[in-house]
Amino acid sequence: MTGAALPKPRVDIWPALTPLLVAAIAAPFIGSASTFVTLTLASLAMGAMLFVMASGLTLAFGMMDVLNFGHGAFIAVGAYTATVVYRLGAPLAGGSLGLDLALFVAALVCAAVVCGALGFVYERLLVAPVYGRHLEQILITIGGAIVIEQLLLALFGTEPIDLSPPRAFQGSLVFGQIGIEKYRLVALGLGLALFVAQLVVLSRTRIGLLIRAGVENREMVEALGYRIERLFVGVFMAASALAGIGGVLWGIYQNQARAGMGGELLVLVFIVIIIGGLGSTTGCAIGATLVALIANYAGFLAPKLALVSNIVLMVAVLLWRPRGLYPLSAR
Amino acid sequence: MRPLSGDPPRGWPARALVALVALGLAAAPFVFPGVKALGVAEKICVLAALAASYDVLLGYTGVVSFAHVMFFGVGAYGVGLASYALGPGWGALALGLAAGLAVAALLALVIGLFSLRVQAIFFAMVTLAVAYAFNVLASQLSDLTGGEDGRSFRVPELLRPGYKLGEWLGQAITGRTLCYYLVFAGAVALFLILLRVVNSPFGRVLQAIRENPLRAEALGYRVVVHRTLATVVAALAAAFAGALDALWLRYVGPDTALSFSIQIDVLVIVVIGGRGTLYGAVVGAAVFVIAETYLRALIGGLSQGAADLSLPLLPSLLHPDRWLLWLGVLFILAVRFAPRGIVGELARRADERRLAR
Repeated sequence: MTGAALPKPRVDIWPALTPLLVAAIAAPFIGSASTFVTLTLASLAMGAMLFVMASGLTLAFGMMDVLNFGHGAFIAVGAYTATVVYRLGAPLAGGSLGLDLALFVAALVCAAVVCGALGFVYERLLVAPVYGRHLEQILITIGGAIVIEQLLLALFGTEPIDLSPPRAFQGSLVFGQIGIEKYRLVALGLGLALFVAQLVVLSRTRIGLLIRAGVENREMVEALGYRIERLFVGVFMAASALAGIGGVLWGIYQNQARAGMGGELLVLVFIVIIIGGLGSTTGCAIGATLVALIANYAGFLAPKLALVSNIVLMVAVLLWRPRGLYPLSAR
Repeated sequence: MRPLSGDPPRGWPARALVALVALGLAAAPFVFPGVKALGVAEKICVLAALAASYDVLLGYTGVVSFAHVMFFGVGAYGVGLASYALGPGWGALALGLAAGLAVAALLALVIGLFSLRVQAIFFAMVTLAVAYAFNVLASQLSDLTGGEDGRSFRVPELLRPGYKLGEWLGQAITGRTLCYYLVFAGAVALFLILLRVVNSPFGRVLQAIRENPLRAEALGYRVVVHRTLATVVAALAAAFAGALDALWLRYVGPDTALSFSIQIDVLVIVVIGGRGTLYGAVVGAAVFVIAETYLRALIGGLSQGAADLSLPLLPSLLHPDRWLLWLGVLFILAVRFAPRGIVGELARRADERRLAR
């Protein structure tokens, strides 16, 4: 039996082009070509970091309808973990490129492990009892966010803790008049790698297949005999680990870890996943890029309106696509 | 004439509790003299009114908004900036109040129509983002709002501390006393109006939407319209509460009128007091403010004690500034194990007693 070929899914290309559109509109206002390229490269790096922080959240939401308002707190935990790793590894720092790099990787891994483990406890203790009840979910995860933030303050004090990039990543690369910090290139590379990794896992592995199926139709996956709850715990832990990695990247980018960073980033992350379409990894990547582009361009052209500009962007996108750029069923 | 709209608290313990708070607040200037105590009483009045307006959304409509304090701030800034710009006077107050209410209603309408179409969870995210942007905007437009410093302003002579009216029951009646009673009366009136709203046919529809939006829609009620109207009503009430608070403080600034921590406080008050019973807001506000004012000192004492015994970690966990940590734990426990809150649990027990008889 040959069987008819499956119908090809319709490829919706327009949302993917919006970052180009934004860049094209902003270019004439910025004027100088070198400034424009510098800003754009910086935005891509920022977008990569936002993507890392937001991607897990959007996936967890798509799968189990769980929106974690404590996601920002995990980001802060990641950044603080990096400060601990750096403090412990201080004698080794600045020795050589290899050691610096090892310390950086160690910080990323530790943050992922700590946040993943914390995510497990958090999911079992707080989220699991309120599956399917949005109101309770919002309330209880807000409570979780408060407790984690306050614990960070109690453990690490109220002053921000310095977190500078490894010496190998300090300074900028300069091509003519275009400059980009080396660290941003690292962040961009890592973000791209995590994006590709997520796409590969989601589309090429059995686990990914189950996750996608769960996003599409939870009951059906359960009816086929898979324990979606266990799968979800895994996704939630991965989401928390990604938040931790994002927290390290962002903390180093900002040169400090603060307990309050979680709340501020949560706002940006929410804007990203609303724009991208709740549950969509590709949408999340595009949303992160858009938010970063607009934030950087607006920060250059009209600094006072930088944050408001993201709200305007969100409104504009939602007027065009009320469910975000790539809504759930069109991943 | 039914001031309580035929909806008194259920069960005598809840009634006694609400009556105790109401009487305590009504007699506060005479029973609890002193500047600090009167400040505490005023805070309870304002937070109870604000929490009651939030309960219309959270408890009755089943919608979580993180922009509620933004409306409170709009009301406060309306009164504050009008008095600052036009000088002290009743006209400036009225103008500021009207402007604040209008802006709040308009903002609520736009946000509601825009973000309540899809899902309730969407609304929570959008309001969080909007409130955050609004705060940044308010502190950046410093020419208008005074930025981080805020604006101090003067109120009409009648309400100033220096104004002496005489003496009663051994207490000097000053403008401050009058101002307190103005806030108290405003809060009571607001509460009774909200009680009327939630017991109206409109309020019933809101509760139907909370229980099952699809069914409410199937019965012919337009869910988006009702949710949006509920947002507007709640926003108007919050703006009014904000105006009262500004009048008392004679100051508006981001910390007192827009801070996200007020939003958290209101959330905690409504959940611990009891969602879906406006009385929960009153009891919750009283418990919260009294605990905040007096328990903090207790925690601080424990922290000192732990430090003296050189116990690890405990001193910083019990530090008075970490008060929110314990509040957070309490909040989680309340959501998880007592979702009805204080008033709701008392009402449930009263119902059980009645059925058992």
